[in-house]
Amino acid sequence: METETTMRSVTVTTRKKRSLTKDHMLAIGFLIPSILLVGVFVYGFIGWTGYVSLSNWNSLVPDFSFVGLKNYLYLFGDFRFQADLRNTLFFTIMFILAVIVVGQILAILLDQKIQQESLFRNIFFFPMALSFVVTGVVWQWLLNPSTGVNLFLAKLGLDSKWYTDTTIFPAIGWGKIEFGIPIAMIAVVIAAVWQMTGFSVAMYLAGLRGVPEEVREAARMDGANEFQVYWKIIMPILRPITVSVIIIMAHISLKIFDLIYAMTGPGANFVTDVPGVYMYETTFRGNYYANGAAIAVVMLLAVAIFIIPYLWSSRKGEA
Amino acid sequence: MAIRSFTRPILYALLIALSCFYLMPVYVMIITSLKPLEEVTLSQMWQLPTSLDFSSYSEAFTKLAPNLLNSFYLVIPATLLSALLGSLNGYVLSKWKFKGANTLFTIILFGMFIPYQSILIPLIQFLREIGLYNSIAGLVFVHVVYGIPITTLMFRNFYASIPDSMIESAKIDGAGFIGVYRFIMVPLSITGFVVVAIWQFTNIWNEFLFAVTITTSDQQPVMVALQNLSGSQIVQWNVQMAGALLAALPTLLVYIFLGKFFVKGLLAGSVKG
Repeated sequence: METETTMRSVTVTTRKKRSLTKDHMLAIGFLIPSILLVGVFVYGFIGWTGYVSLSNWNSLVPDFSFVGLKNYLYLFGDFRFQADLRNTLFFTIMFILAVIVVGQILAILLDQKIQQESLFRNIFFFPMALSFVVTGVVWQWLLNPSTGVNLFLAKLGLDSKWYTDTTIFPAIGWGKIEFGIPIAMIAVVIAAVWQMTGFSVAMYLAGLRGVPEEVREAARMDGANEFQVYWKIIMPILRPITVSVIIIMAHISLKIFDLIYAMTGPGANFVTDVPGVYMYETTFRGNYYANGAAIAVVMLLAVAIFIIPYLWSSRKGEA
Repeated sequence: MAIRSFTRPILYALLIALSCFYLMPVYVMIITSLKPLEEVTLSQMWQLPTSLDFSSYSEAFTKLAPNLLNSFYLVIPATLLSALLGSLNGYVLSKWKFKGANTLFTIILFGMFIPYQSILIPLIQFLREIGLYNSIAGLVFVHVVYGIPITTLMFRNFYASIPDSMIESAKIDGAGFIGVYRFIMVPLSITGFVVVAIWQFTNIWNEFLFAVTITTSDQQPVMVALQNLSGSQIVQWNVQMAGALLAALPTLLVYIFLGKFFVKGLLAGSVKG
């Protein structure tokens, strides 16, 4: 009797094992198309773009003769690309800072057990459902230097040229360009922040909701005022969220294209130009494919610096 | 929990002021789109129209209607296909883990962060080769392929919350790989499908770079057509604004009615689910 049961359970296990392996094969089989697609269309194509960037293909007719780093040397000596790097740097810094600061303020305001919370939340979130093209079109009209908010600002004695301003502040000679904050970029930052803060508000709000009330109470018992509770207790708890927000926003701003293309274009003296716009124009308007590919590779490397460590650390966290 | 030192009126005043800032573009968009052209002057920009004029809408609609239709032809199949693919991938990567599954997932995930400029030149060459360049079908294909990372991520995180014990007991009852998917995962992941579908719908509808480089003239989705409106000689701002509103309407409606799921998708996209 006892032996029989053991025997049976043994057969059951072996049968189960065999069917598991078969199902495992099936599972992997279902995954293979996606692996192949990502392998070819992401990694293979990146490799191909890398190869094009080292080739001589700067006309309509493909020419894959190898020219080494020629296209990259050309770019880094190019006025427009130098301006792009400067613009991207300052756009990214201003954009990320604003998204974090505004996002945190809005999240804290929304977290005060207010009435109509979902209404306010939706007002801050809805721009995220819009296209950057729509945002660009609308803000181009709003920040038009001869109109828009300037009608108000002019009354206050402030007159801004917004995205048509060609000032670089402070203009420090660097390579072929003046290095500093391109004032015209501020207009683009405002539009981008309007569209994207919803993301950081959502993240911070989720974070704030996750802080147990006892933690705040304990700090208050120790005599901390509300400001100190936020600064010393809540902010450190939210730090991982800030890291996520910085990385997500950085990768968006490093590859930004449609907002600027729709709102301002490259601008006079390329004050609002970015690599995404340059890549598009030089490749698809000018047929400088190799130059375009080189710009794309620089963009990819810039994004990878942020994303690869981030993905790597998320992966380890799961083990 | 509330900031006690904050007096309530100041709190609400701040929130209302900030809300005005966020709603300002919508206000200007709506009033401008309802004005006749002669009232669309820079100095009258903030004033309400003296009379309602819907001619900008009919003009914008005539110009954008074919492209709006293109966008629907693009978004619907692309959303469905990428949700299906993502759910299968997410199922395998969360419930049928094999050696190296996590590393493979990370490698797939990288694809959602790349600037698409870095694959665009070979992609267009490829689409020309297979005859899908300048077609909605080509765009559908592109969005399904490049949607794999994000949809896989969302479903994988979603399926991680379904307890393994349920799957084990289904397996003991004789369900295999497909049975478990069909009878356990799919019925339990309706929310997951809604979140992913809304996310993909919104993103593909709003996408511009692929649309502007892969299609020309009559094949273009609405965002490219909207951008082209401003490229014409004289910018008719009332028509522009009406066009922007029309182009934004589908995703805006989705947000208004299903915003909760949209925000879920948003948070899911930040990798750590």
